[in-house]
Amino acid sequence: MAKVVENAVCTFCGCLCDDITVEVEGNAVSQVRRTCANGRGVFMHYDPAPRQPTVRGEEVTWGEAVEEAATILSEAHSPLIYGLSSTASEAQRKCVALADYLGAVIDTTSSVCHGPTGLAMQAVGEPTCTLGEVRNRADLLVFWGCNPAAAHMRHFNRYSVTARGRLTPNGKRDRTTVVVDVRPTASTRIADQFLQVELGSDFEVLTTLLAFVQGKGDRLTAEEVGGVPMAELEALAEHMMSCRFGVAFMGMGLTHTPGQDLTVSELFKLVAALNDHTRFSVIPMRGHGNVAGADQVMSWQCGYPFAVNFARGYPVYGPGEFTAVDVLARQEADAALILASDPVAHFPRRAADELGKIPVVVLDPMPSLTTEIASVVFPTACYGVEAKGTAYRMDGVPIQLRAVLPTTRPTDEEILDQITEAVR
Amino acid sequence: MMLGILNGRVYDPIHEVDGEVQDVWMDDGKIVPPPATEEARRQARTIDATGLVVMAGGVDVHSHIAGAKVNAGRKFRPEDHRDHVRARTPLTRSGAGYTTPTTAMMGYLYAEMGYTTVMEAATAPLVARHTHEELEDIPILDTGAYITMGNNHFIMESIRRGEREKARDYVAWLLRATKGYAIKIVNPGGVENWKWRGNVKELDDEVIGFEVTPRQILETLAWVNDELGLPHVPHIHGLNLGQGGNARTTVETIKALDGRPCHFCHLQFLSYEGEPDTLPRSGAVQVAQAVNEHRNVTIDVGQVVFGSATTMTSDGPLQYHLHRLTGDKWLNDDVEAETGGGLVPMEYAPRNAANATQWATGLELFLLIDDPWRVFLTTDHPNAGPFFRYPYVIKLLMDRQARAEAFEEISPRVRKRSTLGQLEREYSLYEIAIITRAGTARALGLDNKGHLGVGADADVAVYVDLDDREEMFASPRYVVKDGEIVVQDGKVVREQQGRTLYVEPAYDRGIEKELRDYFRDYYTIQFDNYPVSPDYVPRGEVVACR
Amino acid sequence: MDATFKLVTGRTRSQADGLHKGKGTEAYRQATERVEMNQGDMGALGLNEGSTVHLRTDAGSVDVMVYRGELPSGLLFMPLGPAANRLIGVETDATGTPRYKDLPVIVERSVREGEAASDG
Repeated sequence: MAKVVENAVCTFCGCLCDDITVEVEGNAVSQVRRTCANGRGVFMHYDPAPRQPTVRGEEVTWGEAVEEAATILSEAHSPLIYGLSSTASEAQRKCVALADYLGAVIDTTSSVCHGPTGLAMQAVGEPTCTLGEVRNRADLLVFWGCNPAAAHMRHFNRYSVTARGRLTPNGKRDRTTVVVDVRPTASTRIADQFLQVELGSDFEVLTTLLAFVQGKGDRLTAEEVGGVPMAELEALAEHMMSCRFGVAFMGMGLTHTPGQDLTVSELFKLVAALNDHTRFSVIPMRGHGNVAGADQVMSWQCGYPFAVNFARGYPVYGPGEFTAVDVLARQEADAALILASDPVAHFPRRAADELGKIPVVVLDPMPSLTTEIASVVFPTACYGVEAKGTAYRMDGVPIQLRAVLPTTRPTDEEILDQITEAVR
Repeated sequence: MMLGILNGRVYDPIHEVDGEVQDVWMDDGKIVPPPATEEARRQARTIDATGLVVMAGGVDVHSHIAGAKVNAGRKFRPEDHRDHVRARTPLTRSGAGYTTPTTAMMGYLYAEMGYTTVMEAATAPLVARHTHEELEDIPILDTGAYITMGNNHFIMESIRRGEREKARDYVAWLLRATKGYAIKIVNPGGVENWKWRGNVKELDDEVIGFEVTPRQILETLAWVNDELGLPHVPHIHGLNLGQGGNARTTVETIKALDGRPCHFCHLQFLSYEGEPDTLPRSGAVQVAQAVNEHRNVTIDVGQVVFGSATTMTSDGPLQYHLHRLTGDKWLNDDVEAETGGGLVPMEYAPRNAANATQWATGLELFLLIDDPWRVFLTTDHPNAGPFFRYPYVIKLLMDRQARAEAFEEISPRVRKRSTLGQLEREYSLYEIAIITRAGTARALGLDNKGHLGVGADADVAVYVDLDDREEMFASPRYVVKDGEIVVQDGKVVREQQGRTLYVEPAYDRGIEKELRDYFRDYYTIQFDNYPVSPDYVPRGEVVACR
Repeated sequence: MDATFKLVTGRTRSQADGLHKGKGTEAYRQATERVEMNQGDMGALGLNEGSTVHLRTDAGSVDVMVYRGELPSGLLFMPLGPAANRLIGVETDATGTPRYKDLPVIVERSVREGEAASDG
C-alpha cells in the first residue's frame, strides 16, 4: 500500500530542497517528485534493509560494536574525529561532546571544501542574506568559481536565476546572470554573461574589480587581467555598483586554487565595498546537505567552525594544524572516528592511505570507500530518509527533516550517545 | 528532598521583604511553606545562611545568547575566544569566548553569577529553530526568545491595508510557530529600508514598498500585544540607535506609545543629544524625565563596560554604519520577508570621548530614573559589554566611591561636562534585587520568578555580604535552580537542563489559508515546514496569556 | 610525448550519480577515472578519444582515459574521486584545504594503452 509524504527534505546538497514528495511502498521509496537527479538518488537508491554493524569485517551486535569503538577511542592518545557534514545537527552536537570528553581533534568536511571561506569570513567579514532575498530582490547574480548546474541542480530554479518573487515577477528576465569560470560549463551556458578568466587569476581579477568599486580605477595601468580586457572588468564593476540588489555565489573555484582564503577574502571585500553604492551580498555554495550545520554546531559548542583540538581540556583552533588532511599527512592520529563522510574517497591519496593504518570507527548509512578500510562500521539510519533531525541550508536556514521510511536502524545520535557512555 | 535556606537576610521586593531574616524552603522545584512536622524538618537538607544575603535567582530581560546572529559572532571572532577559555571538568563541558561564549560556558557563567533565567533578545522567525537548538545546549538556565517583527512584510502589508486584526492573528500564529515569548521590534521600517540601502530617521518616514511608517508599526504591534494578552510588553529597539541627537526620537517614541505599556531596550544607546555623525553628548536627563513621566514604560539600560564587545543587532543599517565608522570587519544578514541584522567587533575605551559619553549616559539613566521597577540592569550583551561584568555595574551603582574612581579614569573632556559627577545616589541591595530579578520578572509577566513567595520556582541565589559589591555578586555562595544546588562558592557543582518559556496566544486559524499562498509566493521554505515542532522544546513551558 | 598541463578537479553529474550507486561500482569508476582535454591539445599530442594517458604530479600518478572537453588549451578537467586524488598532494598552506584545482600535471603516454587504471 502506498503512502505519500509531502514536504520531505532532500539532504544531498546545500540547497536543502524541502518541497519533495515521496511515495513509499512498504519499506521502500517507490517514487519521488521534484527532486533533481541527486535528490532522486538520495531517496531511490537508499537500501533500507537492516544491516548489522561489523568489527573488522565480521558482523556483530550493536552493543559489541559500541564496546569495540569505545575501546579504540579511549585507548587512543590522539584520536581524530572527522566528517559530520551529512548527518543531522542532533548527532553533530553529540559528536562534539564526545570530542570534548576524549580530548580529541575534531574537524569537519569544511576543511577540504569551504574552510577557506570560513577563514575569509573571520578575516574580513561577510555581507550575506537568505535565499529568499535572492528570489525576491536580486536583479544581478554573479556565480564565481562554482557550477550549480552540476552540483546544486535546483538552485537556479528554486532560488536564483529563474525564480520569481516580489520584485522579480518575470524571473530570469528581471535579472542578469553572470558566471565567472576558467572553462565553459553547463552553468556558463545559461549565463547572460560568461566571464572566462585564466586559471589562477581570480585574485587579480577580484582586486581589479575592487579597485574600480573603490574609485581607484584611474590608477590601473594594465590592459588586461586574467585574460580579460580591462574595459570589460570596468563595465562589470559598473554593473555591480548600479544594480538594485546583487548577490554573488562562490564555490570551489576559489577555495581549491592557490590563494584560497586570500582569494575568497578579496571577493568578500569586494562585496562589502559594493554596499557603499548599492546592496550586495554573497552566499557560499555549501556542498553537503548539512555542512552548514556542522559549522554552526562546532561554532556554538566550541567557538570555531572546524580544525579544533580538545587535548588541552578546552578548544584550541588550528587550521592547517588540526585539519584532517594535515593531521593524517603528519601521522598524528592514532585512531579515527569518521561520521557521515567518506574521506578515503575524497582526500588526497597519501592522507587517505594513512586512514588505512590506524583503527577507524565509521558511522555511515551506506557502504563507502572509508567503511571498506574501517575497523568498526555502524550502518546507521539515514537522516531525512529513515530518521528525522535538523539540517542547515547553505544560507543558514535550519529545516527539520522528515522520516519517510520506518526507522529500522539506530541513528548517529543514538550510537554516539552509547559510545560516549561506554567511554565514560 | 526538601531544601531549606535558613537564617539568611532575604531581599524579596515583590513581597516587600527588605533584608529581614527569614527561612526559605523549597521542594519539588518550588518554594513551599516551612515543613509542617519535626520529622519533615529533620529529613530536609538545610543550608545555614546566617549573615548571608538571599535573593531569587537573577532574571535577565535582554541578552543575545542564542541563535543565528550570536553564532555568527562566535564563528567570525576566533580572536575573541583564544584567551578566554574554560577547561572541562568531570562535571562540565569545556568552552571558549569572551564576548561570545560557547553554549555550555554561557550557562555556567550566568549561573555562577546567580542568574537562573535569561531571555534571548532577538530571533528572526525564519531561523527560530536554530535559536531553540542552542537554547537546548545552554545548561541550567530557563530561557525564552523574543521574535523580531518590526520589519515583517506580512505585518506591514496588513497595516497598509488597514487590516490590523489580520496582523494580530498573524502575530499569534508567528509566536506559536516560533515558540517565541514576546514581540520584539527593532528599528521599525529601517531594516526593510536598508534592503534598499536606506533607513528611517523619523517616526513618520515611509517604509519603501509598503507605504507604512515606523509610528504605525509601533502602534499596531502595541495594540496587537494588548489584544493577545501577552505576558511581556512590546520590546522596542528604537530609531537612530547610536546617533547623536537620538534622544529626541526616543522621547517622541515614548510619547507616541503613551497609554500602552512598552519596554525600551538598551536605552543608553538611544539617549544622546547633539547631531548625527558628531560626537554625542549625554541626553540622559531628557530621556530619564520622559521615563519618569510615562509610568507604563520600562527600560533596560545597556550599560557600557570598558573593554571588548561585539555589536550584534537586527539593525542592519546601524551595523553597516559601525563598519564604516570603525573600519572593522562586518557581517550582514538580510532575512527574507522578515528582518535583517549585522555584527561588527567593538572596543570601548575610557579615554575615548564617545565611549566615555556612552558609559556616563548609562549610569546617568540608572541614577536619574526614580523607579527601580522600571529600569533594569543589562549590558545588551555583548553589544555594550559581556554579561559577566554585571557585578561590576552593580558596584558602580551601589558604591559612590567606586563610581567616582571609575569616573576619574574617563576622558577629561567628557568628565568636565557630564552630570554624572554630581549624582550621589547609591542603589541599595533591595533596589539591586529589583533591577536584576524582581522588576525584570514582573515586566516579563513571569509570576513564578523573581521572588521567593510560596509557589515560585525554587531559583535562589545566596551571596556573601561583602563591601566589594563586584566580588559579592560575582561569586555567590550558593545558587539553587529548581530546588537543586547548582553552584557552590562560585563554581558549578551540578549540571541540569532548564526550561524554554514560550507563549501560545489564540488566533483565528482562517489566516492559514492566506499564509499558504503567501509562503508559496515569497518564501523559500514550505509553509508546513516553517513552524518549530515540539521536538525542539522538550522541556518547554507555556506561559499563559491574559 | 610529455607535456605540462594545469589540472582542475570538480563535480560532475555522472560522478554524483555513481556516488549514489556506490563508490565500488563500475558506474562510479567510469565516472571518475577519466580526464578531459582540449581538442587541439589532444591532436598536438597524438591522442584519440579514449586513449589512455599517464598523469603525473609530485604527489603521485594515475592512468586514465582521455576525452575531448570544452576547455581552454593547457587545462585538464577530472571529476572528483579517488583517481584524481592520487594526483593531489597533502600540502594545504596552513588552511587545511589541499590544492584540488590549478595543479601542474605532466601528461605522458601510458604504458598500458587502451586500459583504464585499476591502481597506480
